[in-house]
Amino acid sequence: MSSEQDIFEIVAKQAKTDAATLTRATKLADLDLQSIDVVELVFAIEEKFDIEVPYSPSEQNTAGISFQSVGEIIDAIDRLVAEQHPA
Amino acid sequence: MNRVVITGLGIISPLGNSATDVAAALRAGRVAIGALTILPTENLLTKIGAEVKDFDPVTQFSDKQLPLLDRCAQFAVAASRQAVTQSGLDLHALGSRAAAIIGAGVGGMTTLDESYYRVYAQGSKRAHPFTIPKLMISAAMSHITITHGITGPSFTVASACASSNHAIGVAYSMVKSGTVDAAVTGGTEAVFTFGTIKAWEALRVMSTDTCRPFSKNRSGMVLGEGAAIFVLENRDHALARGAEILAEIVGFGMSSDAADIVLPSADGAAAAIRACLDDAGLKPEEVDYINAHGTGTVANDATETKAIRAVFGTHADKLAVSSTKSMHGHLLGGAGAMELAATVIAMQGGFIPPTANYAVPDPDCDLDVVPNEARDQQIGVALSNSFAFGGHNAVLAIRRA
Repeated sequence: MSSEQDIFEIVAKQAKTDAATLTRATKLADLDLQSIDVVELVFAIEEKFDIEVPYSPSEQNTAGISFQSVGEIIDAIDRLVAEQHPA
Repeated sequence: MNRVVITGLGIISPLGNSATDVAAALRAGRVAIGALTILPTENLLTKIGAEVKDFDPVTQFSDKQLPLLDRCAQFAVAASRQAVTQSGLDLHALGSRAAAIIGAGVGGMTTLDESYYRVYAQGSKRAHPFTIPKLMISAAMSHITITHGITGPSFTVASACASSNHAIGVAYSMVKSGTVDAAVTGGTEAVFTFGTIKAWEALRVMSTDTCRPFSKNRSGMVLGEGAAIFVLENRDHALARGAEILAEIVGFGMSSDAADIVLPSADGAAAAIRACLDDAGLKPEEVDYINAHGTGTVANDATETKAIRAVFGTHADKLAVSSTKSMHGHLLGGAGAMELAATVIAMQGGFIPPTANYAVPDPDCDLDVVPNEARDQQIGVALSNSFAFGGHNAVLAIRRA
C-alpha cells in the first residue's frame, strides 16, 4: 500500500496549503518551506509511519534519499516502511 | 556620556496585559495571586501562582510564528510590540544602532518540560524538532530582533532573579556610552510547568497561601509569569523626534556576595544600592521610593531591610519601600523588568504601590512598607532592587521625566 495520500496530507499541512493542489511533481522549494519546516515535515512523517528517516541537510547523511519533490518523498517513505516494517 | 530615557513600555503580566491595566491594578492593590489553572495541581503542594490571564497567543501570532514560540517568548514578543509601538521608534531604520538585551532565568521551561515528558514518560522515540530553538534561553530575545529588525548587539542575560535588572542595566550602559542609540530591553519568564514547580517546592521557600513581604507571618514566595519590555533611548535622540519620555534611567549598580548559592547578604545588597546611587550621582536623601526585591521569604525581607538601613541611615525611615511581588508574584528572570515597570507607572501616576497582604509588623522589617493601600505621593527618584540566588545584586535608579 502506498503512502501517497498520507504524504500529500502531511506535506499540505506543513505548507499550509490544500492537499488537492499537490502532485508527485510538486517541488518542496515551490511550497515556501524553510529548512526548519522540512525538518518538522520529516518529524511528522516519522511519527505517522513509525520509521526513522535518515534525513539531513547534509547530502552525505541522507542515505541516497532525495527530498526535492513530493514524489521522491513518497518513494523513499514506501521503501523505508518496507525495510523497517517488513510484512 | 548620553542621558538615557524610557520611551516605550510593554507588559504582559498577572496584573494585566498593558501598562494601563497594570497601573489600575497597582493603584487598587489588586492581588493577582490565585489558584493555578494552567496545569493540574493535585500532585503539587504549591497550588497557587500569579498567572497571565486573557492572553491568547493564537490572536497574537501567525500559525507560521506560533509553533516556534515558547510561552516565555510569546510574552516577550507581545510586550515588545507594545513598547515599540508606544515609543514610535522605527527600529528597522535604526538597524545596527539598536540593541536587544533581554533577561531570562531559565528560558523555555514549558518546551523542555513537554519534551522530557514525551521522551522519558511517554517513551516517544523522538523529540519535536523545534524543541531546541524554542527552549534556548535566548530565543525570546532572538524573536524580538526578528520582529523589529534590530541588527545591532543582541544577547540574553542570565543571573537568576536579577536577570532583567542586569539586562536593563547593560542596555542603559550601552545607550549611555553611545554604543547604540536605542535598546529594547527587559525580561521574561514562563515558569508554570509541573517539573518546575516540583523543583521550587523542594527548596522549601514556597508559600502555599499567598505572598506577604515584610509581614511577620510571611510564608514564602509565590511564582508569577510574564514579561515587561522597555525601549531605552538616547535622550537627545528622543527629544529630537519629539518622543514622549516616560522616565529617565539615571543609575545602575551591581555587586556580588561571593558567599552562598541561596542565602542573601546584607553587605552585598547594600554595596549594589550604594553603587547605583554613586553611578546616578544621587544622595540617599534624594530617593523617595524603593521597589524592593521583597520576595516574602524569611531570609530576603530581613536582609533587604538591613541593607536599606545601612545605606540610607536616618533617611530609611522617610523612604517608602514596597514589594509589588505581593501582587504579581515573583517573575524570576522577568522580576526586575516587571518591578521597574511598576516603578515607572507609579512615578507617572503619582502614587506608591502598596505591599499587599501585609498583616503583622516584624521588628526585622521595620521600614515604611506602604501596607495594603496605594498612597498618593509624587515620586522624584526611585530605585528598583533585584537580589538573586548566587548573590548577584543589581539595582536601577530612575528619575521623573
